[in-house]
Amino acid sequence: MEDQPLKEQRIKAAVEAIGDRFLAEISVFRGETRLTLAAERLVEAAQALRDEFDFDFLTSLTASDYWPQLEPRFHVVYQLYSNAHHIRLCLRVPVNDRDPVVPTVEKIWRVANWHEREVFDMFGIRFEGHSDLRRILMPYDWEGHPLRKDYPLGYEEPQFSFNYSDIQIRKNRGRYEEA
Amino acid sequence: MSTQTEVSLDELRHLISDRALTGETVLLNMGPQHPSTHGVLRLLLELDGETVINCIPDIGFLHTGIEKNMEAKTYLKAEVMTDRMDYMNTVGNNLVYCLAIEKLAELDVPPRAQSIRVILAELKRISSHLVWLGTHALDMSAMSTFLYCFREREMILDILEMCSGQRMMTTYIRPGGLWRDTPAEFEGAVRQFLKIFPERIDQYEALLTKNPIFLDRTKKIGVISREEAVQWGLTGPTGRGSGVAYDVRKVSPYSGYEQYEFDVPVLHGGDVYARYLVRMEEMRQSLRIVQQALDKLPYGPVRSDNRKYVPPPRSELSQSMEAVIHHFKLWTEGFSLPKGAVYVPVESPRGELGCYLESDGGPKPQRAHFRTPSFVHLQALPLLAKGHLVADLVAIIGSIDIVLGDADR
Repeated sequence: MEDQPLKEQRIKAAVEAIGDRFLAEISVFRGETRLTLAAERLVEAAQALRDEFDFDFLTSLTASDYWPQLEPRFHVVYQLYSNAHHIRLCLRVPVNDRDPVVPTVEKIWRVANWHEREVFDMFGIRFEGHSDLRRILMPYDWEGHPLRKDYPLGYEEPQFSFNYSDIQIRKNRGRYEEA
Repeated sequence: MSTQTEVSLDELRHLISDRALTGETVLLNMGPQHPSTHGVLRLLLELDGETVINCIPDIGFLHTGIEKNMEAKTYLKAEVMTDRMDYMNTVGNNLVYCLAIEKLAELDVPPRAQSIRVILAELKRISSHLVWLGTHALDMSAMSTFLYCFREREMILDILEMCSGQRMMTTYIRPGGLWRDTPAEFEGAVRQFLKIFPERIDQYEALLTKNPIFLDRTKKIGVISREEAVQWGLTGPTGRGSGVAYDVRKVSPYSGYEQYEFDVPVLHGGDVYARYLVRMEEMRQSLRIVQQALDKLPYGPVRSDNRKYVPPPRSELSQSMEAVIHHFKLWTEGFSLPKGAVYVPVESPRGELGCYLESDGGPKPQRAHFRTPSFVHLQALPLLAKGHLVADLVAIIGSIDIVLGDADR
């Protein structure tokens, strides 16, 4: 096990090199180092992180929706881990609402294949260059992207006394249409 | 065959070889309802005779929108949903979620709670490996192993029930510690289990490890090299069978794991048999951890004192106004976490289970994502299964130990 100062030096070296080269914003929160960078620079930064700094594991790829804020609306979050040096790093890529496209890192870490499919399925963020971008958890012909914040939760509304008549009309509508 | 119009393969066309379209190879649906797929997993197999040319997994049959639902509930109510994801490792799911909350809130956990968390997590790991062993052997027609494993698992479920009232979906681990202290019979029951279990593992090994039929069905099947395992993100026993020496308990220790001495078995065969041996040894190591944790179990409180996150005990309510206010706020609105995002990994019996928790400062999670090992390992199934027979496919699926609740969420 490496002791703390050496680990921090390694993270510092990796993060500063990447930060300078790819204009990434560096921040540390609760002991986790994170780099926020633009989508265009993602693939080169990821390649550099894997080849030069031994971040050989992509442990998690997910996204987060900040609707109703539209610029950026999403953040795609990558968690990287280096098996050789036991350090973790987080990459965040902001994505806009109008054209949510991010280049794929599937060629760099094969594990990203299904993760990116899941992000596409749940958020609608397209991954450019992905070999097999289709829905994974929802049925193949589903419309809409469930984990977006403007997608309804989809449960049945409880019929309380204040909305009794509104819901009763909806319930009766089907019945009268049958007759 | 080619004139049927109901089923269209358009969305899968790029994954299937041309031989399928001419009828040279058969496309077989190993459908979601199948006794050997360990859950609702649909595999589209392209078969040349009995050999698997390609295997396309189709998941999502158990997708219940847990992550979306968690965004609509307060943190404590959302914790109940974490049990239901990987239903074989319910304690581990609770643990990872609570660790994420505690990391984000910088909440302390008393040492007794940490030790009991470790004991329960390791017992659940043993229970999960017992189910794996029973069902894996059952898939290969070694039916007696199944019943022996479940007999031992009943002892573990009894221990969990005496702590929390529930056999599986316990939600016993709460942010700040545990729900309540363990009852007086807990230590006796765990020691009883520790006494009888080592020879039971020997009995399972006597049934399978040198069994020529088992060896025939598992050696050199589903081989994956170390480099490919790293590329495809295989962690846990699946990765350790291929030489990926990565165990979250050793690398990023949580909940006091650094004080316990245990080994992490790593083999280099990369086949089904190696993964079997790794898991058998892991059960023994888990017993070691439970023994040490139980011997060193400190006295003390089991939940943090921080009343902003932990409700006060009911006895305090009649005496303190602040306790009443905290009780009210915590049970109506729930606690709010500071704004930010954390990622906490934990070693589940399947691999690295990670919780990415993001908070916007309110009482409900802005985003709770679980990096589940079964989801990641299923990706590698086509690679593992290429060139093997359909019967070997059953052994391979068993060896990567997937739980569909984990994969689909």
